[in-house]
Amino acid sequence: MADKLHFELVSPERLLLSEAVDMVTVPGKEGDFGVLAGHAPVMATLRPGVINVDDAGRPQQRIFVRGGFAEVTPKGLTILAENAIPLAELDGAMLDQEIANAQEDVTDAKSDERRQSAQEKLDHLKQLRQAI
Amino acid sequence: MASLKDLRNRIASVKSTQKITKAMQMVAAAKLRRAQEAAEAARPYATRMDGVMANLASGMAGRAGAPALLAGTGRDQVHLVIVATADRGLCGGFNSSISRLAREHIYHLIRDGKTVKVVTVGRKGRDALKRLFGDKFVKSFEFSGVRQVGFTQAEDIANYVLSSFEAGEFDVATMFFSKFVNVVTQIPTAQQLIPASVPSTGAASGAELNGAVYDYEPDEAEILKDLLPRNLTVQIFKALLENVAGEFGAKMSAMDNATRNAGEMIKKLNITYNRSRQAMITKELIEIISGAEAL
Repeated sequence: MADKLHFELVSPERLLLSEAVDMVTVPGKEGDFGVLAGHAPVMATLRPGVINVDDAGRPQQRIFVRGGFAEVTPKGLTILAENAIPLAELDGAMLDQEIANAQEDVTDAKSDERRQSAQEKLDHLKQLRQAI
Repeated sequence: MASLKDLRNRIASVKSTQKITKAMQMVAAAKLRRAQEAAEAARPYATRMDGVMANLASGMAGRAGAPALLAGTGRDQVHLVIVATADRGLCGGFNSSISRLAREHIYHLIRDGKTVKVVTVGRKGRDALKRLFGDKFVKSFEFSGVRQVGFTQAEDIANYVLSSFEAGEFDVATMFFSKFVNVVTQIPTAQQLIPASVPSTGAASGAELNGAVYDYEPDEAEILKDLLPRNLTVQIFKALLENVAGEFGAKMSAMDNATRNAGEMIKKLNITYNRSRQAMITKELIEIISGAEAL
């Protein structure tokens, strides 16, 4: 494939990645989706999960995000992530901490709606914990 | 007239003061550079966030189902005033100009019969407003133990603001901070956080899409509900970063002034010292000569 996708990963503190890649798999709230060059414009929220960045001739980059937004424009894909950590640097202890936080959110949640979204987040994190 | 010894002491003390202000200026300059880098690094996120907000919010603003964070509670009675200042002084008029602006705003609100609640971020703002509005304080944040203000701090504030908004404790939130223009200019600014002031849909975001329509996943309202609290955090974060940069900018120029003043003072004291030393020598000579002549 000739066309490359321009992918930017931005966290509030800095621009983490800005490069041309073949494909990015994004953990959307309603399921993972892959973005290739020329993808239709999409705006999606993310669940806690792993972004996979594929580029020919290079090892796959895997980055954990705690949530955020993905925006696909004709120019490329931009992910606004609240917290992004390369999977290699992520260890069980950090995830356990996240899980503990999420658990607190579930217990503290005031409305059903909030509890549900916190619970979803917790489930995703637990899945991820098992995967590592 | 002060004796020579007094003058010598005076000069020594001004000299050591000058050394301190000089050191502080250099520290501020180094920190300013770091703060500016941090502000620079945070810009892409904020810009993109603004773009997304503009796209989404312009569509939602008029509609009935718009979230309260965007549309407001429909009331305008209880105002939350967030005053962000530095934790440390010795930075010229930086802290006082922010608190002055906030104070005027609060007086204005009180005159209009509104209820005001005050949240302070940073020690100096708290100290400045405590005497006047101590009874209106609901929360104070302080980050003196933190080396560099990061996103976590902004999140703390945002979470507090959000939870009290959801609990219906206020209708409108305004944040006071200093906009960093350059090293010598910081403009104290008031920014309304809740209801969110929607950035106008710039021509840039429209052109970027070439008229294409976004697919939303989940739907627009859902995304907006997720986006608004995040946007609040980002706005607070941006304000905090600008504040830090402004603080060090102000400190740098204040300390530069102080160093220069100390230099002038030393020069003046030195002249006085030399003159009086000269006068003393002359006086002694005259005494010796006239003593010799009298013989």
